[in-house]
Order: sequence, then C-alpha cells, then structure tokens
Amino acid sequence: MKINRRLFMGGAAAGAAATTLTAPMVHAAGHGKPKVVVVGGGAGGATAARYIAKDSKGEIEVTLVEPSRSYYTCFFSNLYMAGFRELGSIAHSYGKLASEYGINVVHDWAVGIDREARTVSLAGGATLNYDRLILSPGIDFVDGAVEGWDVTHQNAMPHAYKAGSQSELLKAQVEAMPEGGTFAMVAPPNPFRCPPGPYERISMIANILSKKNPTAKIIIADPKEKFSKMALFQDGWSRHYDGMIDWIGGDFGGGNVSVNPHDMTVTIDGEETKVDVCNVIPAMKAGKICDMAGITEGNWAPVNPHTMQSRVDENIHVLGDASSQGDMPKSGFAANSQAKVAAMAVRSALTGSKLFPAKFTNTCWSLISDEDGVKVGASYEATDEKIAKVDGFISAVGEDAELRQATYEESVGWYAGITSDMFG
Amino acid sequence: MNWIRNAATGLAVAICASTPSFSNEIGNAEDGEKLWKECKSCHAVGEGAKNRVGPHLNGIFGRRAGSEEGFKYSNGLARMGKDGLIWEFDLLDRYIENPKAFASDTRMSYRGLKDEQKRADLLAFLRRYSDNPGDIPEAAPTVAGTDHEVDPAILAIQGDPEYGEYLSSECTSCHQLTGDNDGIPGIIGWPAEDFVIAMHAYKDKFRPHPVMQMMAGRLSNDEIAALAAYFEVVEP
Repeated sequence: MKINRRLFMGGAAAGAAATTLTAPMVHAAGHGKPKVVVVGGGAGGATAARYIAKDSKGEIEVTLVEPSRSYYTCFFSNLYMAGFRELGSIAHSYGKLASEYGINVVHDWAVGIDREARTVSLAGGATLNYDRLILSPGIDFVDGAVEGWDVTHQNAMPHAYKAGSQSELLKAQVEAMPEGGTFAMVAPPNPFRCPPGPYERISMIANILSKKNPTAKIIIADPKEKFSKMALFQDGWSRHYDGMIDWIGGDFGGGNVSVNPHDMTVTIDGEETKVDVCNVIPAMKAGKICDMAGITEGNWAPVNPHTMQSRVDENIHVLGDASSQGDMPKSGFAANSQAKVAAMAVRSALTGSKLFPAKFTNTCWSLISDEDGVKVGASYEATDEKIAKVDGFISAVGEDAELRQATYEESVGWYAGITSDMFG
Repeated sequence: MNWIRNAATGLAVAICASTPSFSNEIGNAEDGEKLWKECKSCHAVGEGAKNRVGPHLNGIFGRRAGSEEGFKYSNGLARMGKDGLIWEFDLLDRYIENPKAFASDTRMSYRGLKDEQKRADLLAFLRRYSDNPGDIPEAAPTVAGTDHEVDPAILAIQGDPEYGEYLSSECTSCHQLTGDNDGIPGIIGWPAEDFVIAMHAYKDKFRPHPVMQMMAGRLSNDEIAALAAYFEVVEP
C-alpha cells in the first residue's frame, strides 16, 4: 500500500510538471486530509501548529508532540529568579490549542523519524504519519563541553537553560547562599540560545543578592571576548551592582574552565575557586531528534531561508534554536517569526494556498535591574544563502530612567503578546 | 533623537517660507487668540489655569508629552513622553494639524487645523504662556523638509486583506489580536485611514518608537494598505 502510494504520487508529480506549473498540490485524492506533525511545543512549534490549524480551517490535520503538559517559557524565567515574576506566570498549558484549534496534542517524546516512510515514532509506542514534519525541539547540550560536568550533575550545578524545575532549583540555591558567598557562572560559546540570556540572568541574580546578600560575589567564566548588549549590561552592572560582578572573558582565560560538582569548585585558567552556587551553561546543539532524523550538519540543522525546510529533506521544516539559518539569533521571538513563514509554506505545499515572500523579525528585551529594561532588534529577509539582516536597533547607554521603564513595560506587553500568539 | 531633529529642521524650513520677514515670530498671536476660542472649551491657559477636559497649556513649549501631573493621558501620548517626545513648535504643529494621525488613541476629540498660517497664529498665542517666548529656533538654511503628509494616492490604495492577514503575523508577536493592552497597545478595529497615517508617521520617523520605525520602515505602501484593510475588520 505504501509503495503503491509513493509510486502514484511520483507519477502525479511528474505529470503535473509536464503539463503546467500550478500551485504544488501534493495532497493526493483518496488518502484523507494532509497530515502535519510538529515536534516541540515551544515558541516555534506551538506557533507553527496554531497557525497551520487556524489558517487551514480544518483542511490539514495537525498533531503536536510535546512531552511537557505545562510549558515554562525560557524567556522571563530570569525575571522569576529575581522575584519579578511568579513561576506560574511563565507556565502555559496546551488546552486551547486542542480545544479551540483542533490540534491533536500528544504528550510524549518523539524518539525516531523514518524519513522514507514519513513517520515519527513516540516513546509510548505510537507511530505518527506525516506529509510534512516540523521539528522545533530547541537545544540540547554538547557532551563534554565543560570539563567535569555532564547532565548527571545538573542538580549540584544547574544549567537552568530549560525553564521549570531547573529554574526553581537555581533560584533556591541563590537564596540559600551564605552571607558573602560566591556565585559562579560558566557561560557558553557561540552560538547558543538567547544571546543576552546569561547576562540578564547575572543581572537578576545580582539584583536579588544586592537586596538580600550584598557582600556576595559573582564570577562569570566566559569563553567569548564580547557578548550581546555588552556595553548596556556592563554599564548597568556598574550603576546598580558596583563591585559585585567579575566577568572573565575569553581573552583573560575565561574559556579555560573546569568544574568539580562534588567539591563545588571552579577552576578558571588554572586558578581554583570554592563557590556556593555554580550555574553551568554548556555549549549547545540542536535538540537530539534532529540528529536522529539525520538532518544536522555539525551541531545544527541547516534550512532553506525561504521556507525553513531542511536542506537535507524538503518534507521537514526546522524552526528556532535547532536550525542554522544565517543572521537571526536563537531566540523565542525568532522561532515565533520563523514558525509563521514555515506555516505559510506548509499550507501552500499541502493545500495550494498563496505563498508570500518570507519576512522575519526579532526583538530581545532584557532586564538589568528594577524597571531598567533594554532591547535589541532587527528585521530580516530570506536570500538563497541565508536569512539576512536588513535593519536593526539597540538601546543606548545613558537613556533616562523613564525610557528604561517604558522599555521594561513594553517587554511585559510583548510577553503577553507572544504567549497568546503561541498558545491561543 | 533623530526624529526630533528631522522634525525641527523640516518644519522650520516651512515656517520660514510662510513668514519670511520674521525669523523670530511664528505667527500672529492676536489672530491666534481668536482661534483659541475653539480650544477653550477643553483647555485652560494663563494665570491659575488648571487641567480640565484637556491639560492646561501653560509652559507647553518644552514640556515632555504626557507629563502634566494629575492629568490622565491616553496611553499613546504617555508612551511618547516616555520615549522622549518634548513639545516644540514643529511637533505641536503636527499634532494640531491632525491629532489622531499623530497619536491615534489621543483623547483630544479635535478634528485638526489644516491651515498652516492659522496653526502658526494659534501657536504664537500659546507661546506667550511658555518660558522664553522670544526664543524660537531659527531654521537651518539648507536642510530639505520632511514631508509627513500622506499622499492622497497612498491613502486611496485598496489593501488586500488576505495579504494583510499574512503580514499581520509579524505584528501579533507583540500586539494581541484580542486588542488587550498589557504594555503594548491593541491595534485591531482601527479605521484603515488612521492605521495608514499612523504607519507612515512611523515610517517617516515622526512617531518615535524604534521597533515600530523599523517595522513600518520596511513595509511598502501596498503592504501598509493591506495591513490596514485586515486590522480594520478584526474584532476582539
């Protein structure tokens, strides 16, 4: 049956190509509605599932595979650590996607992809067929990236780079630090999820320490020589948390680092320091399912910028952090933006709907201290080679407090906007 | 700060053109006092003036937008103030020319004053109630004007709402389709013309927000029309 169908489809495609170049109606008569499976229910996957379901008005069957029943956004999880948000306020359920948009939400792990047969197998034993597959699995960590650390040590030295219990753990550890204690962060090399994320986190931890434990110290071992919004963060750190934060960049041995989770020590460029809390954010790669699907090159899955289709398999689209696409940062905003382009391309391929030129945007807000918000953003367009930056902006050092407060308030508005765009 | 500079230079050129003989005068304050009658039902000015339906206008030149204590401004004007908008001649002139185009959610229910000379007269009258009334900036001699008036041909473009719906997905990363405002204003159900004028005001950098300047800056006239056609009919 499968073989027959594939032969039939091949024949139909060849016939269509020979006669006319109409919209690509892949959907063959007689095998029900076209099926889309989305793996990963974050900013990329949830948005893509919702837009395909919403805009195809029931013509496409959408299944969303996501292991968590309650999704914690990584964005704003740093604000939770400083007490500016409740944990519950960054948690979202998939209820509306199921009840209002008719998406089949499956809480399970995708553990295998057969690209020939176009199936996804789930840890629970089920197999899902797809006409198009969207992979938006986010990140996993590179094994052995930080000497002395692997995921079995994530309790002693949390990464807190997938939000939820890890965020709670790190917050509790910071709050339990002894007076005058030391917090260390091992920052990741490029490219990684949320470029300003580690530095916003440092700001939020400094914020809580400056209120509760003002003689505490913060050390950052960073393999990079510069980082996102660096001037803005460093200016903010000296204004709000003078003398508390010691950033050791790549040019000062910040990349030569090992940790010992049993003794709670961090060794930076040969110098060992006893620490009370150590936040290890290792080097990252595309979520493992991309590797299992055989669509990665190096650590990431390269995509066609016009449609977010995998360069390896045109039936698979890859969104967000896991993709390698060009100039966009790995951010929730970027994944949400890419999801809409992919959703349009998938609909067009499966139902013949109009295909408009791809446009992308990103803005990343960061909080430095109470109501001291900054932002950076850019717009992008698709070229054949990559998603290319067109125009951008960044907050300036020396802006007045009112503008910084307005920027923070705007970020709160954005959070409400993007989460309702993701989850309905 | 570029947008203020653009506005100042552009309009200063216009002022000079209309009143060439008085580099230090913006209009005829006596004529302006007659026009003020239309404003008086909502605004007060002069000794002891208090906020009424609108804020009092003593010291309006040089005042930060949305900053008069005790007056409840629209979100839009309050945000502009936070973004750094200071009322100077050129911006006040834009505002009273078409208040809704300048700040779409403004509570000022005034249709606007199209006649450039009359606006100059009215502002000359108001200028008496601000500091340093003689201190009117002179025009930079060679800078070209910035044209913020939206060409009627652009306003006449019929947008394609289907295209607008696709483009709108860029807006809804921040602006909620319910119209809710949790820090970023709702944009649904706007009359299409207001939407088009507002977007061109960002495109021309008269409205000060950097994200919106970027977003509007890359939209063509047809795309802005398409978005306007789509958002006009969206209901919460």
